[in-house]
Amino acid sequence: MRKILLAVAALAVVAVASAFTSPGASAPATASAIPGCAKDTLNLVGDGTLTIGTDNPAYPPWFGGGSPKGSSWKINDPRTGKGFESAVAYAVARQLGFAKGEVRWIYTPFARSFAPGPKSFDFDINQISYTPARAKVVTFSASYYDVNQSIVVVKGTKIASVRSIRGLKPYKLGVQLGTTSYQYIVNRIKPSSRPAVFPKNDAAVQALKNRQIEGLVVDLPTAFYVTAVQVPNAKILGQFPTAPGGEHFGMVFQKGNSLAGCVNKALANLKRNGTLKAIQQTWLARATGAPVLR
Amino acid sequence: MSEALVVDGVWKSFGRTPVLHGVNLTLAEHEVVCLIGASGSGKSTLLRCVNLVEPIDAGRIVVRGEEITARGVDVNRVRRRIGIVFQAFNLFPHMTVLRNVTLAPREALGLSRAEAEERARDLLGRFGLGDKAREYPDRLSGGQQQRVAIVRALAMRPDLMLLDEVTSALDPELVAEVLAVIRELAAAGMTMLIATHEMAFAREIADRVCFLDDGVILEEGPPAQIFGEPREPRTQQFLQRIVAAGRM
Amino acid sequence: MAGESDRRAGPPVAERGSRILGGGRSGGDGRRSVAVALVSSALFVVLVGVAITHAPGWDEVKRTFFDWGYFKDSFPEIARAFRLNVKIFCIAEIFILVFALVLAVFRSLPGPVFFPLRALAIAYADFFRGVPTILVIALLGFGAPALQVQGIPRSVVFWGIVSLVLVYTAYVSEVYRAGIESVHPSQEAAARSLGLTRLQALRHVILPQAVRRVIPPLLNDFIGLQKDTALVGTLGAIEAFNQAAIDTSATFNYTPYVAAAVLFVAITIPLARFTDWLILRDRRRRQAARVA
Repeated sequence: MRKILLAVAALAVVAVASAFTSPGASAPATASAIPGCAKDTLNLVGDGTLTIGTDNPAYPPWFGGGSPKGSSWKINDPRTGKGFESAVAYAVARQLGFAKGEVRWIYTPFARSFAPGPKSFDFDINQISYTPARAKVVTFSASYYDVNQSIVVVKGTKIASVRSIRGLKPYKLGVQLGTTSYQYIVNRIKPSSRPAVFPKNDAAVQALKNRQIEGLVVDLPTAFYVTAVQVPNAKILGQFPTAPGGEHFGMVFQKGNSLAGCVNKALANLKRNGTLKAIQQTWLARATGAPVLR
Repeated sequence: MSEALVVDGVWKSFGRTPVLHGVNLTLAEHEVVCLIGASGSGKSTLLRCVNLVEPIDAGRIVVRGEEITARGVDVNRVRRRIGIVFQAFNLFPHMTVLRNVTLAPREALGLSRAEAEERARDLLGRFGLGDKAREYPDRLSGGQQQRVAIVRALAMRPDLMLLDEVTSALDPELVAEVLAVIRELAAAGMTMLIATHEMAFAREIADRVCFLDDGVILEEGPPAQIFGEPREPRTQQFLQRIVAAGRM
Repeated sequence: MAGESDRRAGPPVAERGSRILGGGRSGGDGRRSVAVALVSSALFVVLVGVAITHAPGWDEVKRTFFDWGYFKDSFPEIARAFRLNVKIFCIAEIFILVFALVLAVFRSLPGPVFFPLRALAIAYADFFRGVPTILVIALLGFGAPALQVQGIPRSVVFWGIVSLVLVYTAYVSEVYRAGIESVHPSQEAAARSLGLTRLQALRHVILPQAVRRVIPPLLNDFIGLQKDTALVGTLGAIEAFNQAAIDTSATFNYTPYVAAAVLFVAITIPLARFTDWLILRDRRRRQAARVA
C-alpha cells in the first residue's frame, strides 16, 4: 500500500513539475548534461555568466513578452524568455547548466556581431543566416531554424495579383540590410529595377507603407509580424521555395570559439528530445501557412 | 539760372561728431572751384554729400535747379548726372579697363555695347589710355588707374564732376599726368568741384578757391586773393604750414 | 605718402609653394629646409607604419579591411553604385549654388523694409545648419510620401536631393555672405556713385568679387556634400556606401568599405586641383582691389 502511495505521490510530483515546466519558463539550474562541456570549463566572456547578444528593437516572433517599464529594450525584452529566439537561447543555456539568472543579454547591433576583434558576447542570436563566406570570419552554430524567404505586399496593389516568381520582375522590391533576402532577389527573382536596401527593418516597412517599394522580401516569420502588426493592410503574397541546400539561422561566435562545439551538442539534444520542435510550434506555428510561389 | 550746384546750409554729423557746420557754396556752369583745407576739415564729406552717398542732416543741395536732397528723389538718376572720382581710384579689379568704363553706360544709361565701347575708346584715346583698354587694373600704374577712374566717370557725360583728392595717393612722378587730364577737362568747360592738396595746381586751374576749416567755408575767392592775400588768420596759418612743408 | 601698394605683391606664386615645406628662405637655406622636411616626414610615416604592422591584431585587421580578393570582387559594383552618388551630387550642387546665393543676398539687404527677408534668411540658416542632415533626410524621405498627398513624389532619390539642398543651402549661404562682406565697401560706393542701382551693383561688381574670394570654403562644402550623398542610402537607394554595406554584411568582411572610400577620395582630388587652378587664375585680379 505504502509503495503504491509513494509511487502515486512521485507521479503527482512529476506531473505537477512538468505542468509548470514549459519551453522558455525558468527552471532550477542543473548540472550540465553534456559530457566535456562542464560549466566551469566553458570559454566565456564573463565567468559563470552566459552573455548573449541581440539587436534592439527585439522583434516578434523572435522575441516576445513585451518590454517592462524601465527596460532599454524596445518592443520586447529578451529576458522574458518568450519569443522563438529567446526561448531557444534559454533552452541552450539550461542544457549547458546556466540558470535563468545566469544569462545576460547585451545590445549588439548587427554590424557589431561580425566586427573584427574580441567579441563582447559569448554568442549572438539575431536571425543571422549562415553563408560559407561569413563562416570564414565567425563561427556559426548548427542550424536552430531553417528559413524560407517570403514576400509581403500591400493588399489591392497591382503586385498583389502576381502568382509566380516571374511576375515579380517588373516591380520595385526592398529588403533589410544584412539579410540574405537581398541575394535571393538578385540571384533568383532578378527584377528589372534594382531593389532597395534599408539599414533597419522599420525603414523598409515604412517604405512599403509609402509605396516607395512594392514588395518587401523577408523571412517568413518576420513576414507574419509585418502583416499582423506593422502594416495591417499588407498580406503575405507567398513564400519562396527553399533554396537548394537550404538556408538556416545560426548563432554567431568568435571565430574558433570552442563554446560553439558545446552549443551544437546542446542544440542536438534539444532537437532529439523534441524541445526545439515544441518551441517552434509555440512561437512560429503560423509561419507555415503561406502559398509557395514558383 | 546758370547755377550748376548750390549747397545751402548743409549740416552733417557722423554719430555725435559734427563734420559740416552749415556749408554754403555755389558753383556756376563751367566754373572750376577748388576746396582746400586740413585733413578732417570735411572736404571729402562735402563731396560725398553732394553725390548723395551720405545723407545730410540739415540744409539742401540743388543741382541745375533740382533739389536733390528732397524726399522721393530718384537717387540713382541723380548720381548718373554727377561724376565723382575718389582718392583710391576704386576701379573694379575683376573687369578690364574697357569694361570698367562701359559698365555704367550700358547698365544705367541703357547704351548698346557698341555705343558704350565707342564712347569709351574715344575717351580713353583722348587721355592717352587707348592701348590699355583690354588690360586689367592691376597691370596699370597708379596714375593710369586714376586716369581710368576719371574716364569712367566721364563716360556717363555728367553735368558736374567731383574730384576728391585724386592725386593724394599717387607717387609724385605720376601726379602730373592726372593733373593734365583735369586741366583738359577744365579747358573743355566741365563744371568741377575739386578737393585737393596740390596748391600750385589749384592756383593755376581754379576760378575760385574755398578754404574749408572745421566744417565751414571760412574764406573764398579767386586764387590770387586766397593764396596771395588771405584775410582770415586761420587761412594764413594753413597756408604757412603748406609752404613750410614745401608743397607750394 | 602711400605709394603703389599693388607693386608690393610679395614673391611670385611659384616660389610660394616652398613655404609650406618650411622654406620661404632663398637659395641654399630653402633647399636644405625642403630636404629636412622630406626626410623627417618619410621617417615619421615609416615609424607609424612599423608600429601598426607590428600590433598584435594587425593580421586580423589586414584580413578584415585590406583583402585584395574582396576588393577586386566588390569594386565594380560599388563603382557602378557610385554613379548614383555623383548624380545626386551634381543635381544638388546646382540648386545649392543658386538658392544659397539668393539667401545670402536676402541677408545683405539693408533697411527696415527688408527686415522680413533678412529674418527669414537668418532663421533658415540657423535651423538647417543645426539639425543633423540625416534627420532631415529621414523626415522628408519617409515623412513626405507618408502624407499620401496626390502629386508628392515618392522617389527616395528625389527627397534625398531635396534634403541635401535644404541643408547645404544654409551652409553655403553663410559662405557667400562672408564673401560679400569681404568685398570692400568702397567697391559698392564706386558702383553706386556711377548711378548703378543696388541690384546692378550687386550683380556686376560685388557678387563676382565675392564669389571668387570664397572658392576654397565653397569647395569644402562641395566635398562635404559629396560625402553626404551616402546618407541617401538610409532611404534604401543603392549608392556606393549602401552597396559596400550589402557586400560587407554578406561576407562579414569590411574591405568593400575601403573600396567605397577609395572612390570618394578619388573624386575629391580632381575637384581640389581644379579649385586650386581657379584660385591661381583669379589671384592677380584680386591684387588690384585698392582699399580706400
